Amino acid sequence: MLLDLTTTTLVEWSRWQFAMTAIYHYMFVPLTLGLALMLAIMETMWVKTGDKSWLNATKFWMKLFGINFAIGVATGLILEFQFGTNWSNYSWFVGDIFGAPLAIEGIIAFFLESTFVAVMFFGWNKVSKRFHLVSTWMVFVGANISALWILVANAWMQNPVGMEFNPITARNEMDNFWAILFSPTAISKFTHTVTSAYTLSACFVVGVSSWFILKKRNLEFARKSIMLASVFGLISIILTIYTGDSSAQDVTKTQPMKFAAMEGLNEGGRGAAFTVIGLPVNDPSLPTDKMKKMEYAIHVPKMLSFLGYHDFNAYIPGIQNILDGYTSQSGVTYPSLEQRMANGRTAIDALKTYKQAVKEENQILADSTLQVFKANYSDFGYGYLNSPYDAIPHVPLVFYSFRIMVGLGMLFVLLFAVSLWYAKKRKFEKFKLIPYLALFCVPMAYIASQCGWIVAEVGRQPWVVQDLMPTNVAVTKIASNWVITTFWMFAILFTILLIAELKIMFHQIKKGPETDN
Amino acid sequence: MLKKAWYLYYDGFKNMPRWGRTLWLIIIIKLSIMFLVFKLWLMPNFLNSQYDSAEEKSDHVFKELTTKP
Ligand code: HEM
Repeated sequence: MLLDLTTTTLVEWSRWQFAMTAIYHYMFVPLTLGLALMLAIMETMWVKTGDKSWLNATKFWMKLFGINFAIGVATGLILEFQFGTNWSNYSWFVGDIFGAPLAIEGIIAFFLESTFVAVMFFGWNKVSKRFHLVSTWMVFVGANISALWILVANAWMQNPVGMEFNPITARNEMDNFWAILFSPTAISKFTHTVTSAYTLSACFVVGVSSWFILKKRNLEFARKSIMLASVFGLISIILTIYTGDSSAQDVTKTQPMKFAAMEGLNEGGRGAAFTVIGLPVNDPSLPTDKMKKMEYAIHVPKMLSFLGYHDFNAYIPGIQNILDGYTSQSGVTYPSLEQRMANGRTAIDALKTYKQAVKEENQILADSTLQVFKANYSDFGYGYLNSPYDAIPHVPLVFYSFRIMVGLGMLFVLLFAVSLWYAKKRKFEKFKLIPYLALFCVPMAYIASQCGWIVAEVGRQPWVVQDLMPTNVAVTKIASNWVITTFWMFAILFTILLIAELKIMFHQIKKGPETDN
Repeated sequence: MLKKAWYLYYDGFKNMPRWGRTLWLIIIIKLSIMFLVFKLWLMPNFLNSQYDSAEEKSDHVFKELTTKP
């Protein structure tokens, strides 16, 4: 199983494999997070009002939740296997930070979910109304706790804080748990991910209910579900936009290259304009094809500075500024990437010498090289780059994904506002366009969520751990044809799971809720 | 209490509709493929499968970190 083909092929296939499994995994996750909350709200309405139609609605959506939960749960395991097999250098490098908390969280969430999910499904008529309701709420809590630590881990990779690198073991060790948990990146990552998952779930409920409206079936049930999901969706999308705005501000500060790529911005400055839409193309006058010229661009003056810092005149660096070195809005001066690469190489050399000095018990040399290493550690990862242009992510992919996510976010505001308005006036089914729009928004919500992850993950390339470890160092040097083989195996497994989910789900939707008044 | 919990599961599984049984079948097949085929056979933990001690693992990663790819 040892190295054959080139490292580039290996890195590319390992990335494709991770991306594919993560995309499939995230097709199952968001509905679990949001539908659990809506179920809890619907059941609460039933317990409070005694209105049986809420009970029927709860039972129907619970069935769809169960299908998605059962098929989707544990698809994330494959990602964990990949860490150990394909990204072993990375796993070792960060292992101590996440091992224990992830395990504890896994156990807590597993017990919360497995016990209360059982009561939720099997407990009707066997436990008291109140205990059943508490169980449904606990399923929501368990599902959302499961999301917390993995998102904190992801945030740490985007903005590594609260740790110290141990040059003897070659591992990062946690030295401030709270700094990791409450880093602004972790907060915006968790809140944006869960609120966008709630938005997706609301789109799902409004969309599926619209199908009943179009089929002129189970109308009372559909109207009730649309009403609740529209209110829930409107609140969720407002929170999604708010947390998305906080995410953008965080990215501006912690990952300026990602922010510049999201905008296709080559030359930044004060009062930078936001590009609403444009066509990124190659231009021979640019130093590399990784940078793009923006054709047919529509700009909003000063808007980008506002998005980044809530200040119309704030300084936003472009890709060229980052390559050349710049002083940020908060006054920190960053050297050119050539310089950061030199610093990185100094850190790598110092690490090597340090280890040798420790082995030979040369304390003086060990102390001095450790100083050099620590002074240059923040640029450690740049030492592995071959050219400053390696630090630029795929601009068109990130640029378009960001616009699709935000554009669809605006469409969802329209959907929930219109559906709430007409549902309240009991005119939802009069304008056929609205239920069709709602149906259209179901796949769109999944597309928006996947685009969000593309912005976050493709946008941070080449880094696995921002500024410290690029993908080509994180990867395990195993045979790439082995990675290609397992890629196709996962693709087949996940496709079968998805087809099974869709088939069972469509069948249950067609059957409809149990009773209808 | 334990008896009650056992009964909840027992009765739940016994009276499960057909679609529920299909779901459980999918869950069991899925988890067996993941653990038996992938974890045990195709996706071993690289460092654990190559080295025994933490020191050996750390030496390996150290070498990777100090050699430019
Ligand atoms: C409408 C305004 C929105 C803004 C300003 C916005 C902003 C952002 C930003 C800046 C990121 C990247 C964060 C990072 O790299 O760390 C992101 C990621 C993401 N977005 Fe959005 N977003 C918006 C709407 C949406 C919508 C409607 C959805 C889905 C329904 C969504 C789902 C996601 C997801 C799943 C991620 C990846 C997780 C994360 O990084 O938080 N976003 N968004």
